Amino acid sequence: MPGTDPLLLDEISLLLVWTAVAIYVLAFIAYAIDLARRSDLALKAKDEVVARELVTAGGGGVISAGTGSSASVASKPRYLWARLGTVLTALGFVFHLVATVLRGIAAERVPWSNMYEFALTGLLLIVAVYLAVLTRYDLRFLGSLMTGLAVLLLGGATLAFHVEVVPLADPLKSVWLVVHVFVASLATALFALAFGLSVVQLIQTRRERKLAEAPADAEPKRSFLRTVPNADALESLAYRFAIVGFIFWTFTLIAGSIWANDAWGRFWGFDTKEVWTFVIWVLYAGYIHARATRGWRGTRSAWLSIIGFTAVLFNFTIVNVFFKGLHAYSGLTT
Amino acid sequence: MSNSPSDGVLRPSDHADSSPASDSDEITQPRLGVIGWARWGWRQLTSMRTALVLLLLLAIAAVPGSLVPQRSADPNGVTQYFTDNPDLAPVLDKLSLFDVYTSPWFSAIYLLLFISLIGCVLPRTKHHWKALRSQPPRTPARLSRLDDHRSRTIAVDGEADATAAAAVDTAAAQLRKSGYRVARYDARGSYSVSAERGYLRETGNLVFHAALVGVLIAVGVGGGFTYTGQRVLVEGQAFANSLLDYSSFNPGRFVNGDTLSPYSMTLDQFDVTYVPPGQPGSGQAGDFVAHVTTQAPGADPQDGEVRVNHPLDVQGDRVYLLGNGYAPTVTIRDADGREVFHDSVAFLPQDANMTSLGVIKVADGLPQQLGLLGFFYPTMDVLPSGALTSTYGDLEYPVLTLRVYEGDLGIDDGTPRSVYTLDPSGMTQIAGGDSGNPAIQLMPGQTEDLPNGLGTITFENEAPAGASGYDGSVKRFASLSIHRDLAGPWVLAFALLALFGLLAALFVPRRRMWVKATPDAGGVRIEYAGLARGEDPTLAAAVEQLAEKHGAALPPQSHPETGKVD
Ligand code: HEM
Repeated sequence: MPGTDPLLLDEISLLLVWTAVAIYVLAFIAYAIDLARRSDLALKAKDEVVARELVTAGGGGVISAGTGSSASVASKPRYLWARLGTVLTALGFVFHLVATVLRGIAAERVPWSNMYEFALTGLLLIVAVYLAVLTRYDLRFLGSLMTGLAVLLLGGATLAFHVEVVPLADPLKSVWLVVHVFVASLATALFALAFGLSVVQLIQTRRERKLAEAPADAEPKRSFLRTVPNADALESLAYRFAIVGFIFWTFTLIAGSIWANDAWGRFWGFDTKEVWTFVIWVLYAGYIHARATRGWRGTRSAWLSIIGFTAVLFNFTIVNVFFKGLHAYSGLTT
Repeated sequence: MSNSPSDGVLRPSDHADSSPASDSDEITQPRLGVIGWARWGWRQLTSMRTALVLLLLLAIAAVPGSLVPQRSADPNGVTQYFTDNPDLAPVLDKLSLFDVYTSPWFSAIYLLLFISLIGCVLPRTKHHWKALRSQPPRTPARLSRLDDHRSRTIAVDGEADATAAAAVDTAAAQLRKSGYRVARYDARGSYSVSAERGYLRETGNLVFHAALVGVLIAVGVGGGFTYTGQRVLVEGQAFANSLLDYSSFNPGRFVNGDTLSPYSMTLDQFDVTYVPPGQPGSGQAGDFVAHVTTQAPGADPQDGEVRVNHPLDVQGDRVYLLGNGYAPTVTIRDADGREVFHDSVAFLPQDANMTSLGVIKVADGLPQQLGLLGFFYPTMDVLPSGALTSTYGDLEYPVLTLRVYEGDLGIDDGTPRSVYTLDPSGMTQIAGGDSGNPAIQLMPGQTEDLPNGLGTITFENEAPAGASGYDGSVKRFASLSIHRDLAGPWVLAFALLALFGLLAALFVPRRRMWVKATPDAGGVRIEYAGLARGEDPTLAAAVEQLAEKHGAALPPQSHPETGKVD
């Protein structure tokens, strides 16, 4: 955009980012209220009815977003607050998207070339994947987790990592920046969803265990978990996101090696960032194996998914800022 | 038991889909002495649980290499670490923590993992090979016991048996068309087709695991045929691709240093642009290009460019740009005006504004050897403390300052000395510091006297005639790294193979389908059932679709019964 002041564009972009954060906060609140109200709703509706409706039988427990059997549509609880949360998330996403595009225009390149931009785009993708998945599965019970993550990380990254637009350093001028980093962000988004599902799975497992232990005539406890798919369904859904994420991560690893070979003359050198990319890859390979190992399916594999995503976050934050290595792209001068 | 040959997929006995009956294998203690124990050990090593534990160990073991500097990636960091932690460093070194990825414990983990992998994949490959050429298994007697099951009854139009057989024929044709391998199992009283698809899933899984072995071997063996060499070239300098002309050379085990492909390379010009002051990112350097001319024997000289991210291919070697800097040209004359030194000396950059440090050694021609320790500032400025600094990387106000030492350079006794360092012990400082004489300070084109009437020193202006300002007044150097890598293409090929294998292994559904027609009192009862082999979220939909499609192809009077979902 010749003639437009990049600094001004970036300032507008920054303003939009904060607007998006504010809207995400509202979405988070709406989703949180939804979860609180679900406990009541769930008590009113018969427990079993809801469970049957959310988890259509067969097929490993596909969670249907509106394809429940027609007989129960009338009694289907309409989660108004969840709906509001989703509308707000989508609105926040629009601001977030425009902010990201403006940043790209200001910089005259893809907006994922330093830590701030990587956070901007990465979280945009997390929200995008979440919203896209909502069209197929009703995962609104993850809404508060996802918007909470977006608020914390986007707000945090903007405070801590925002830098002015500067020309790209030579090592970053490569098509592989476009491909490698984008696919890594996409993988991160999928891992984030899998992480959220694994967390809820663990909580749900605990509840199911307690329920099984409780005497049959015990007073049912209020909990939003009644409106959430059972642990098995959560697990197989988490697995599905994780394996797609794993494919992208594998590609990230390969693309990164090709880039490293162009930039540094070796495709693999156990640079700190390479180490962590590898560690994450191995952790998720372990997770996939755990799902297929007797005695590891369920809680243990869920923990691996959680550990895997923790490593992803660690890799992006702590490793980028504090670890020394060739991947000096944070754009921060320390 | 699910790893019976008819199952189609052989899995380690502790695979989640194996029947728990095989647990007894693990519980039963071997009674057969050495062979029994060996068998048992092998089965443990090739079990899912071992693979999983080794994978997790591998992840954990890789972490320390990111916390402690590694000799392979950051040798200077290791040296620094020893200086900073003199007590801790030797202990860490004993534990191979500075060479994590070649350490015995790291190697042990990945070697065990790969042994386990091979031990797991080989029998599965054999088994899969057989499965690929065998028929889909017999139709189960009671399809209704399967989770995904539909049924309908059709009115009989003529003879019941013929109708049933025809319906199964139709189903078999449809299944075959959608990629299933089919087998007919007609018995007295019922007709059925058994179909299976998704062998590619297991093929993908095996290809993936085997390709990982391929990656490991390519890295291990290919590394032996790989070499890297470094060379610093000042503008105008040439270099021949032979061992002698490298400043450092790291050959793989099988590299013969005498048979490098013969070519020569000249650095014609090195370009870099700086973001001017007042703009965002001002002072930042970019667009580094080394313009070179390469020549192979008997061929015409060729122009080439070496850029960051864009190495130059020469005769199967790849030339990378590692670094760059200034190489001031200095001439030293003795008291009689005879030239005793004339060279462009590469100065190593110390900061982003190219404050550079270099050493000039004059071994002959003067009464004593001379060592000069120089700082070069492309755009000199004076800090409030009085110290000099450079404020910009380009040549705006270039200044060279030199401290001069007289005495023994220590280069005659054969000890190798770096050209970038000066050891002033045993020398007398005669200019700069406490020597009583000021340090020598020059701009391009200027000449000064050396102390004690030793002669003169000139900082040559290399700018072509008519150049404006100080543009081009000081030569630049490029530090090049020249690689031959035979492993790379193989590693890439195996990695891509692994990726495609993985795609198939994770996303191709493997499933069995059955369509069975049984003539009974009300007509012909048709059943559809499916069974997933491994993760298959769309099985229910697939059975439903099969039932619908088949129904549509049947004579119109047939009427569906409600799909039964258990
Ligand atoms: C370098 C080490 C290994 C890595 C990185 C690795 C990675 C993977 C990955 C990503 C998958 C998922 C693909 C699929 O489902 O087909 C997988 C599956 C599998 N791996 Fe490995 N693996 C390794 C070693 C092993 C070993 C040693 C064994 C033998 C015990 C093994 C047995 C299996 C089996 C049986 C599956 C299929 C799981 C299922 O049914 O879902 N793997 N592996």
